[in-house]
Amino acid sequence: MRRNKKPKLAVWKFASCDGCQLSLLDCEDELLAVAGELEVANFPEASRAVAKGPYDLSLVEGSVTTPHDAERIHHVRRASKFLVAIGACATAGGIQALRNFREVKEFVALVYPTPAYVATLNKSTPIADHVFVDFELRGCPISKHQLLEVISAFLHGRKPNTPPHSVCLECKQRGTVCVMVARGTPCLGPATHAGCGALCPAYQRGCYGCFGPKETPNTAALARGWSRLGTTEPDLVRAFRGFNAYAEPFRRESIAHEQT
Amino acid sequence: MTQRRQNRPPHSPSPRAADRGRVRFDRPEFGRLLGGLAAQGYQVIGPTVRDGALVYASVTSPDELPVGWTDEQTGGSYCLKRRNDAALFGYTLGPQAWKPYLHPPTVRLWRARAGHRELDRLPEPAADPPKYAFLGVRACELQAIAIQDKVFLGGDFVDPWYRRRREGVFLVAVHCGQAGGTCFCASLNTGPKATFGFDLALTEVIEAGRHYFVAESGTDRGAAVLRDLSTQPATPAELAAADRIVADAAAHMGRELDTRGLKELLTRNYEHPRWDDVAGRCLTCANCTMVCPTCFCTTVEEVTDLTGEHAQRWRKWDSCFTTEFSFIHGGSVRASPRSRYRQWLTHKLATWYDQFGTAGCVGCGRCIAWCPVGIDLTEEVRAIRRSDGVTLAQQLTA
Ligand code: SF4
Ligand code: SF4
Ligand code: SF4
Ligand code: SF4
Repeated sequence: MRRNKKPKLAVWKFASCDGCQLSLLDCEDELLAVAGELEVANFPEASRAVAKGPYDLSLVEGSVTTPHDAERIHHVRRASKFLVAIGACATAGGIQALRNFREVKEFVALVYPTPAYVATLNKSTPIADHVFVDFELRGCPISKHQLLEVISAFLHGRKPNTPPHSVCLECKQRGTVCVMVARGTPCLGPATHAGCGALCPAYQRGCYGCFGPKETPNTAALARGWSRLGTTEPDLVRAFRGFNAYAEPFRRESIAHEQT
Repeated sequence: MTQRRQNRPPHSPSPRAADRGRVRFDRPEFGRLLGGLAAQGYQVIGPTVRDGALVYASVTSPDELPVGWTDEQTGGSYCLKRRNDAALFGYTLGPQAWKPYLHPPTVRLWRARAGHRELDRLPEPAADPPKYAFLGVRACELQAIAIQDKVFLGGDFVDPWYRRRREGVFLVAVHCGQAGGTCFCASLNTGPKATFGFDLALTEVIEAGRHYFVAESGTDRGAAVLRDLSTQPATPAELAAADRIVADAAAHMGRELDTRGLKELLTRNYEHPRWDDVAGRCLTCANCTMVCPTCFCTTVEEVTDLTGEHAQRWRKWDSCFTTEFSFIHGGSVRASPRSRYRQWLTHKLATWYDQFGTAGCVGCGRCIAWCPVGIDLTEEVRAIRRSDGVTLAQQLTA
């Protein structure tokens, strides 16, 4: 089923560390295949040659943190037929969403000699807060296998296999001994979206929640489990306030453990 | 009256009376048992210690067994401890049963290439699964294998992937010398003594400075393996010691499940408030189903590569605790965690009887120990039994 014209791919960066778009360049073995199926039309991280839109597939990395970006994302949306938000920043606001729990002016005043030059929004927000997003790919960073899966699914008009269940299923399928049960190590896996392949428990560490909340997460019950293992309230705040701090279930849970 | 349900499947090998004579072999002989199985082409899978738990893995010498280790388990907690002897099987159970070997977490069902008009199926590489010998199978695990045999091999549709792995597995059962804190096989009549389905069954005895095994064979090939070892007829005292050990395990079950009218109890309590209570604690993480030796549910995933010229179909373990598991047109049938926990428990302890003629639970307690928040199905059933029909009463007064 060869196409006459290759679909155009664009990669966009908002407030982010570039780690997610680098996952695409990291697909060494598959990169040629990607280039064979898609015209890489706009990917500044990879090439300075920029072809004009509209684009068939846009991968959007990063969160919206400035008035300028809040404008720009609408241009991106208008230029894109299918828009995929990639990574914790684009899907939840990222680690920079920690600002959302405080007054951003205070930080700016502390850090910059001339705060007036800094045009920033009070909150770091995910792409879906601004425009319609066709698909969200989770992770900090995203998994390159899942990225290839999403691109393949897009190319062939099928649903990507990115199940929203807990990390625990991947952990058990991999044959890892549960660190929470066997070592008493607090793990966010039972409330976290699968996709990483249960990486951390395989190295005897608890899950950090890089992929954000899973479907129907019971964060309160998990937090009670952590407390029984000796986790303090401030540590519970920190646990849920990571890369996906502003994802609603994690946000609510972290606030529930804040001292009043 | 306690309902005793037999979990014995129709096709399990029946023990031959002539082979029932029990013999004794001493601990130094154990290496020869492993060697004998290996010489017959078996890959021996047995208990090993890894990452703080007992994990069934390839074993080539007795030194790789959990010599002198035991395990302590309770709801949401598992801990390895040192014993004060050098027992090889002095533990209860690890997190995963033999299920991953017979019903692997992921299986590629087929692959294909886009042909001229339709899909060309590509032949699967003909890698036969290894010929396994399972060493240290507990009574409850034999029952679980029998249940999965019924699921995968019974009825009109036989699962060829399971069959290829299951056929020819050599089973060395080891009767339990101690019950774990989460065990309740005695309630379901599934242990702690293995009564069928094994090729060999051993009892490990460490007493009065002696360390030996009392062995019986359940099949001809089991008897043949035993014949190659240096054995003696077991004395009445040795047999009594072996029986005492298993009886002791039976008397010290960590958990208990009252099975009287269980199916009816659960069936008439679908609206019991306890389901809401447990839903408040349950993480819907699916660990209980992953570790359960009888849970068999899977999903099927289709993948294409970037070119769209190659497709594969994979089968992966799934669970009634995920929403996609019950996703049909329009959404998930079991959107609420309450309905998912209820589905799991009532399948295990009620509707399984209708489907397969036995309970879907063998009382191994894994779902209790490996639930990160220690939810205990025996406790949930007890709570429902305590206030049987409570919603009915509420409905009548409402
Ligand atoms: S280690 Fe974490 S992710 Fe793995 S099963 Fe345990 S709780 Fe789940
Ligand atoms: S449930 Fe029974 S047979 Fe299974 S390990 Fe425990 S005591 Fe042994
Ligand atoms: S339901 Fe629990 S106790 Fe019963 S067989 Fe499964 S894991 Fe074991
Ligand atoms: S009962 Fe426990 S193991 Fe099972 S889904 Fe709920 S929290 Fe997870």
